[in-house]
Amino acid sequence: MSDLQPRKDLLDIESLSLEEIEYVLNNAVPFKQLFQRSVKKVPTLRGKTVLNLFYEPSTRTSSSFEVAASRLSADVTNFTVGSSSVVKGESLLDTIETLQAMRSDYIVIRHKGAGVPGIVAKHTNASVLNAGDGYHAHPTQALLDAMTFREVCPDYAGKKVVIVGDILHSRVARSTSTLFQKLGIEVGVLGPGSLIPEGRHDFMQRFASWDDVFDWGPDAVYLLRVQLERQEGQFFPGIAEYHKMYGLNSGRLSQMRERGTWLMHPGPVNRGVEVTDEAMGYEKSLISTQVENGIAVRMAVLHWLKPETQQD
Amino acid sequence: MSTTSEITTEEILTPSGIEEKVAVLADGITNRCGDDDVAFVGIFTRGVTLARRVAEVLKQRGKEYPVGTLDISLYRDDFDRNGPDFPRLESSDIPFAIDGTRAILFDEVIFTGRTIRAALDGLMDYGRPRKIELAVLVDRGHRELPVQPDYVGQTIPTASNQYIQVRFQEDDGKEGVFLVTESDHE
Repeated sequence: MSDLQPRKDLLDIESLSLEEIEYVLNNAVPFKQLFQRSVKKVPTLRGKTVLNLFYEPSTRTSSSFEVAASRLSADVTNFTVGSSSVVKGESLLDTIETLQAMRSDYIVIRHKGAGVPGIVAKHTNASVLNAGDGYHAHPTQALLDAMTFREVCPDYAGKKVVIVGDILHSRVARSTSTLFQKLGIEVGVLGPGSLIPEGRHDFMQRFASWDDVFDWGPDAVYLLRVQLERQEGQFFPGIAEYHKMYGLNSGRLSQMRERGTWLMHPGPVNRGVEVTDEAMGYEKSLISTQVENGIAVRMAVLHWLKPETQQD
Repeated sequence: MSTTSEITTEEILTPSGIEEKVAVLADGITNRCGDDDVAFVGIFTRGVTLARRVAEVLKQRGKEYPVGTLDISLYRDDFDRNGPDFPRLESSDIPFAIDGTRAILFDEVIFTGRTIRAALDGLMDYGRPRKIELAVLVDRGHRELPVQPDYVGQTIPTASNQYIQVRFQEDDGKEGVFLVTESDHE
């Protein structure tokens, strides 16, 4: 019936085949339809446990995973850095050993160190889901972005999306652009030169200004959050400067409105930096759809992965 | 010593035989449901086709019933035991209020009863029908749960090395009900 092979972990987008991507995105659609019912829950993962392990602050992603796991009837435990022994100096491998002893079936992990979810995956039988590691990857974000874009552009191959902002520090930009490219969607980038890495994004068009972007004519504008907490170096002169050069102001918004361009953003937004209050009310904003699709995609991923905890 | 398995296929129902059995199901539903508020729910894939066919027959007789679809993949009790299995999920679509209806579930074959157990759970997550009944084209026996159909096209006793294959034009590009026997030879 299919060539899909069992997969234990979801660590990045690069290692996924097109068939696996299609499988998850297609299965996410029926999961989303469950949200229309009064009973939004299915018993599929009854008796399974999902551990949410967040070493970096996150409300949206961790609660999205929590809702997804609950709607599959799994039991969810949240393990956050502030309240765990990690702050007491426990090493990563000791933590993994503790988690292994808890016999979780799925571990959702966010960590500031790129590659940490991969290390955890090697040392546990549980399925590991990368919920964001450093500047490396955020695969479920990319999948929910693809699902959202496919809903509004069913003929997505050859369509164009421009990603605007801090590409350098963004695992979202990395994973989403990679996935879009795999699906045949053209990707462009706009942002301060200091925040666009050389080489890494060869396949993407680079733009110098919003005018160039509008000349190119994207079907969607994907704004990244300016990660104020990651600006350790001086990458741009200031917030006001950034907003003026790259923010979605009123003039740019009316150009998008004229052209019917969709607006995406991974959240949370910085009003007055990358967007204005006006842009938040834009009728072709997909931001809330992205949140809803995030739950559906994460359900589809949990349903797809095969933990190795079930054999013994 | 090597074992080879031989598969033999015997046609049990021809296309016109299926048509007759569909009419049998339609008759049963007409006789027992009267003017009740009936709703059909087909289990993917062929249960949906069966429900549509019975609904079509009844429509010609002046009774129009809505047909919903149900994918029970997420309700199965053998999720862990499938091994490397990747169900492609279908969208369950019950575009009418199921509350208070006399809901009739459709599946092409009833065997262990586990699919129907899953379907009952799935259906009740959509609402609370006044009554739920079950219609099948073929009952092949071997129940593992206390579930019995209310409307049966044909009962076909089977041995443990036999199974029933229902093929519908809409789903499979061919039509017929077949008894498949797998026998091992040493």
